[in-house]
Amino acid sequence: MSRTFSIGGIHPHDHKISAGAAIEDFPLMETAYISVSQHLGAPAEPVVAKGDRVKTGQLIAKANGFISANIHSSVSGVVTSIDSLPDLAGNLIPHIVIKVEGDEWIESIDRSEEIVRDIKATPKEILGKIAEAGIVGLGGAAFPTHIKLSPPPNKKADALLINGAECEPYLTSDYRIMLESPEQILIGTKIMMSALGVNRAFVGIEENKPAAIKAMKKIASKHYKDIKVVSLKKRYPQGGEKQLIDAILGRQVPSMGLPIDVGVVVQNVGTALAVYEAVQKNKPLFEGIVTVTGKCMTEQRNFKLRVGTSFDTVMFAIGGFPKDAVKLISGGPMMGKAVSRLEAASVKSTSALLLLTDEETRRGEEGNCIRCAKCVDACPMGLEPYLLNRLARAGRTEDLESNMVHDCIECGCCIYSCPSNIPLLDTIRLSKAQVLKIIRSRPKK
Amino acid sequence: MKKLVVSPAPHLHGKESTRSLMRDVIIALAPSLLVSIYFFGFSAIKLAFVGAITCVLVEYAIQKYIIKSKVSVNDYSAALTGLLLALNLPPNSPWWIVFIGSVVAIGVAKMSFGGLGQNLFNPALVGRVFLLVSFPVIMTDWTIPNSWFREGIDASTGATALSIVREGLAKGLTMDEIFAANNFSYAEMLFSKIGGSVGEVSALALLFGLAYLLIRKVIRPHIPLSIFASIVVFSGGLWLINPAHYPDPLFTLLTGGILIGAIFMATDYVTSPMSTRGMVIYGVGIGLLTVLIRNFGAYPEGISFAILIMNATVPLLNSYFKPKKFGKEVNNG
Repeated sequence: MSRTFSIGGIHPHDHKISAGAAIEDFPLMETAYISVSQHLGAPAEPVVAKGDRVKTGQLIAKANGFISANIHSSVSGVVTSIDSLPDLAGNLIPHIVIKVEGDEWIESIDRSEEIVRDIKATPKEILGKIAEAGIVGLGGAAFPTHIKLSPPPNKKADALLINGAECEPYLTSDYRIMLESPEQILIGTKIMMSALGVNRAFVGIEENKPAAIKAMKKIASKHYKDIKVVSLKKRYPQGGEKQLIDAILGRQVPSMGLPIDVGVVVQNVGTALAVYEAVQKNKPLFEGIVTVTGKCMTEQRNFKLRVGTSFDTVMFAIGGFPKDAVKLISGGPMMGKAVSRLEAASVKSTSALLLLTDEETRRGEEGNCIRCAKCVDACPMGLEPYLLNRLARAGRTEDLESNMVHDCIECGCCIYSCPSNIPLLDTIRLSKAQVLKIIRSRPKK
Repeated sequence: MKKLVVSPAPHLHGKESTRSLMRDVIIALAPSLLVSIYFFGFSAIKLAFVGAITCVLVEYAIQKYIIKSKVSVNDYSAALTGLLLALNLPPNSPWWIVFIGSVVAIGVAKMSFGGLGQNLFNPALVGRVFLLVSFPVIMTDWTIPNSWFREGIDASTGATALSIVREGLAKGLTMDEIFAANNFSYAEMLFSKIGGSVGEVSALALLFGLAYLLIRKVIRPHIPLSIFASIVVFSGGLWLINPAHYPDPLFTLLTGGILIGAIFMATDYVTSPMSTRGMVIYGVGIGLLTVLIRNFGAYPEGISFAILIMNATVPLLNSYFKPKKFGKEVNNG
């Protein structure tokens, strides 16, 4: 029997129209625009200068501070500038711009197809290699992986969860890697289990991906018996960390808490694959699988894309920006970000480029709240979005805090289910930021 | 350069709208309306028509000429109020009764609170209770009009089952004697009740409506089911104490508008609680009050008053009974 999380959730149509497209290498771009801020935390510090010649996989920016991550060149060529350029939201971020010349990789990377099963590295070496490779969480938040795998000494993990839920509609990048590289993902999982010192792991996959469940189960049950592949009911937002832990282990992370507070660390399947490549193949994180999809397109693709490929280049490769599309989303339709400019380039955690037409994405006209409680039923955190929206509009910060606005995971279930098209999450998101700021400014007990 | 639309997530929206939800409730009322047309003919059509049209016109006029806001009658909510009101009137009511009730429902109970979503009390029920206290004779005249389809039917069946029971009990008869004297049968109540308001002729048609609302996920089962359960428990308790003097639970459920009230009136989004626990308490309260009013109050029928009284507790229920929060009530071992 399939499991799922216990509160709220919605069932949007999954639109996995790109599921059948095998992963293909995206042709090398002419110029790479590599952001130094591809992760949560401090931007990395560039260690190359204009005019430097770099190889694919070479370190070009160093982690700067405790929460930060290394950045490696995704191409070989010459650094033409280090400039502030707009990211997908239009914010100016320093980018290392590299003119691509050939594709010469650094020698230490093992480029063979052979699967390396034997894990030689010690837990400490594993963490070092992961940090060195600049791996960040590929489920969306882009939190540096080595930090997540090093819980504070007073907290102990007893299980590792690997997130293969891919509950966002349209996305198929995780599905494709589970299908095409299941064993590498499982080895990556074993590596992380060793780093954490836990002896069990669970891979959660939603039922709408039976082929991935089968592929993963087949190998896990033969060679990796301490990793259990768990089939989950299709329900959004199952891939939310807190929801996934609830679904698989029945534990609920307390308010303002982290998974480690209930003895769990969660990593994405993409991250597990990156960990395998970093530890077993010495390959830093400089490319990733990106689903390029949309109903307005004739072809659906899953590309292996180098970091720093501009969205323009991707659009050109698929035959131009589709005529009917009005919105380009980086990520899934529920939590992804709308891209404001096509010159912006992909980052490590880019999982999809989704094109939507006006008809698919337009919000309806806002009406009165009819108190139908659909948002209350949909909220996976047990909040009352209608009430939070009202309090947010009235600026009642204290009441917002007592109604736990800071627990909101911004999954969008409330807006999705509102029959009156009230922009619930828009107002809640703003007031959540405000309340979190107030909470964090208080002296610690 | 291509212009891109930028907005915060989520970028997809569900298909439900206020309009589609209201339309679904109207569809759920269709079986009852059809049955009532079969039994009451033109008079059922007339009441439903006058109710719906009046409500829409009154809302339109108030929005357009008095408060000068956006006109939103196309969300079907006003039409639904009119329809519900009509279905809750005696079948022989004159057209102006439903007209007055509709004006009160929309003008007083809905628009004066600020329109859709703002009102504390169920507009259709406010309209009905206004009529009940203002025109008690008409509102308790249950003469069944002749139907086109059922010509020659005895048109003189005067009282509802509930008032017959009440009068019988007042005369000192026992329940068995009353049942025997009036040929009450549960089968008839299920398919075509002996007397009552337009919309409650057939319990089965109302239950079809409930099933439709549940399947389409327009409402959740908590409110109707807790009303039914609470009525069975409380009326069953009285019946067990003295079966000769108190009607049995099944009789109580099938008469006096319990079904139409529990399925269509108590579940009104605007005037019912938001959390599951709130819904259950609200439903139990409605059941308890209904049984009390019916057996010890001045009126034979009690659910309209019970729902309105419980409507008043909804803001309180919403602030005391919050939904279950994630991470609060689980034992993480």
